[in-house]
Parts: sequence; structure tokens; C-alpha cells
Amino acid sequence: MNEINFTSVKHVADEDGNNVGLVAVHDEKTTSVAMRVGNYMYDEIMRQVAAGTLTIADAD
Amino acid sequence: MSRARDFANLAGSADVGGITGKNLIINGNMAVAQRGTSVTGVDGGGYETVDRFRTAYNGPPDQLRVTHAQVADAPAGLTNSFKLTVTTEEGTLASDERVRFQQRIEAFNLQHLAFGTSSASPITLSFYVKSSIAGTYGVELNIADASRSAAQSYTISNANTWEKKTLTFAGDTAGAINNDNGEGLQVSWVLAAGTDYTSGTLATAFAATTSANLAPSGQENLIGTDNATWQLTGVQLEVGSTATPFEHESYATTLQKCQRYFYRIGGDFETAATDTQVGRLASGVLSSATASVMMRPNPVTMRDAPNVTFDDAVANYTLMTSRTTNAVTALTGNQSTASTIAFGLTSGATSNDGDGAVLRSTRAQSTISISAEL
Repeated sequence: MNEINFTSVKHVADEDGNNVGLVAVHDEKTTSVAMRVGNYMYDEIMRQVAAGTLTIADAD
Repeated sequence: MSRARDFANLAGSADVGGITGKNLIINGNMAVAQRGTSVTGVDGGGYETVDRFRTAYNGPPDQLRVTHAQVADAPAGLTNSFKLTVTTEEGTLASDERVRFQQRIEAFNLQHLAFGTSSASPITLSFYVKSSIAGTYGVELNIADASRSAAQSYTISNANTWEKKTLTFAGDTAGAINNDNGEGLQVSWVLAAGTDYTSGTLATAFAATTSANLAPSGQENLIGTDNATWQLTGVQLEVGSTATPFEHESYATTLQKCQRYFYRIGGDFETAATDTQVGRLASGVLSSATASVMMRPNPVTMRDAPNVTFDDAVANYTLMTSRTTNAVTALTGNQSTASTIAFGLTSGATSNDGDGAVLRSTRAQSTISISAEL
């Protein structure tokens, strides 16, 4: 069990195609995540990605 | 009154909790619960009810389900407490399983402790606790920047009775706390701990973190009993070797302190009888027919750029312009700063680039949570 159970996590890209954010769906909520180390949700996403249990989808 | 008398009164006021700002814990009286006053079926760690306090799970105990609540049950002089109730017990506790209730204190607020220097100050933690299961419990302090910890035990002598506990920890001369907005000190009340955490010698003074030394060998297993309860309030962490009376402060002051880490928009509505569930949440501008940027200043400067969470399905939020009102279809980028939230939305295509727009809720639970929690 993870601290947050993500349904999906997706990159958000700027007009130049650079990844500038993450949008996470979890617990029937949607969060636009600040990409900051020390942000508990961003850290949890990165932890789950490193553990191989979560994949971040490409931006639309 | 003479100036000398004023100073004498100020000095003496420490005995009655008169000196303000001494409590390093925010919301120690459990008065503020912006997320709500009760959450059932909690199956993992995180922030649920009372502000600034969270649970942390290790293992984790996967069968466990608990209820978190802010309740109107407290010892004399206090009004509220946090209450955790076990609704589905975990069964046999695995060696790596642990459940803690904790507050993570921002490092900026701890610099006067002078940890990591020869002038490190002792700190004293006092709190009121009540549980259906009497016995031995642990309290753990952790300095993330230095990977150092200290732990002590306390005893609940009588079940279902408020008891005040006081624990003093020697200052840590080796473990420096960075002067930044990150986590400086984690204060945790241990509710259950497997043998990975209890098999060593309790580290009563700060030392390099060793898991086996973080909880007392006789630690009670609160999560092994259905309907077990554990309550906490009147939490104070202060410099020095003596616990002084709990520092009462206005609700507004505590709320402002909490909002540096979390606040919620919505839940309050227009007064029009036909629109009772509609609240205006943020305003902004359309950058194309379907995309918009919403902004809103934060009530206080937050700890860091926050996350923006739509607490309801995005379709239950609408974007109103002078031309029309459309359902939101997606939450996109987050350009928030510590002072202002700013986020992108997509919605229906019946407005024009440059139109002003107001983001609205459609029902009570269509709120937005702003979080820069540690």
C-alpha cells in the first residue's frame, strides 16, 4: 500500500513541449502538482516511480 | 504602572502561558480542521482532519482501517482533541509495520534551538493523551536533515482517562537543522511498532537514526484491537527543560499559521436561493477558446509553491464568462507561487480568447485544496 494511491499521473507541457508540471488523479480528486522536491505529493510520485509501481504518462 | 512593573509582569507571565510564540507545534489544541472534522475508512498515512497533524505508516499495515476525527472531548481548559478509532484491526503486527501520528515542523521555526552546535537547547514536549488501551507508548523526534533521532516512552496509566505527559529531550549538539523551509523536526507519537523498531535500546538522546531504537520494547499495539481509541490534545514543544502551561492563542492566529501549509477554497456559497451550491473559487482569463488561467492570492505566504487539488470530479466545476458557462474538462498546469495560486483549465469552447472568467463550484463538495504541507 502506498501513502497515496494514484489512478494516473501525467506530465503537463508548455507551448514549447517542455514538461512543466504533473497532474495526478487520486482518490477521485485531481491535483496539479508543484514539481518541487520537498513537496509531499511530488516526493511520493517520485518514490513510486523509482519503485517501479507508477509510470508518468506523456503530456497530451 | 512603572516600566519596571511591566517587565516584572512580563517575566512572570511565562508561568501562566503569557509569553507568546513559545510553542513550536502549530494547532496543538486541535482547534483547526480545514479538511473536515471526520474521515472514515482511512487506509494509509497522510493529512485527514486536524491541521498540521498526519499519520505515517510503515510496512504498511494493509488490513487496518481507522477513523480520524476532531472531537469535542478534551481536558479542562481545552475544547477539542484529535481522536483515532480503529475500525478494522490489523491482526498480527508484522516486524516492519509501524503507525505514527505526527507533526512535521518547518526548519525555519527551529533555528533558535541551535541544534548542531555546542549551544543546543533542550526541548520539552507536553501533551494530554487518552486511550482505551493503557500501557507503554513511544514518542519519537527525528531530524531529517541530519538523519538523527531520539525517542522516549510514556505510560498511559488508566484507560479512557485524560492524562498529561511531559518529556524532555537534551539538545542535539551534532544534528544541525538547515535554515530553510523544509522539514526540520518530526514529532511522532507511536501507536504501533513491529520488532524492527522495538528490538534495540530506546535512543533517549539524539543519535544517528537506528530503526531498532525508535520505539520502546513494551510498545502497545493500538491497531490490534477493533474499536481501540487514542486521543491527543494540548500539544506543546518548547525550548527548555520545563513544561509551561499550554499557550492559548486566538483561533485566527492558529488558522493563519495553518494556512502557510494548507487552505481550502469553497464550501461557502452565493445567497441566491436558486444557486445555493454555487461558490466563486477563483478568477482568470481565457488564453484560447478552451483554455484558461485562474489566479487567486493566498491568504498568507505559503511555505512553498503549493499543489492545487480539485476535491471533486472536474466536471463538477464550471467556468463562467460573459458569454456562457461551461463545465471544466481538465485541470492542467500549476504556475503557483508561495504568494499566489495559478493553474490552467480546459473547458467547453463557447468563449473567446481574452474573455474574463470565474471558476465556480456546482455543489458543496466542489472545493479546491491548496497544500504546501511537509
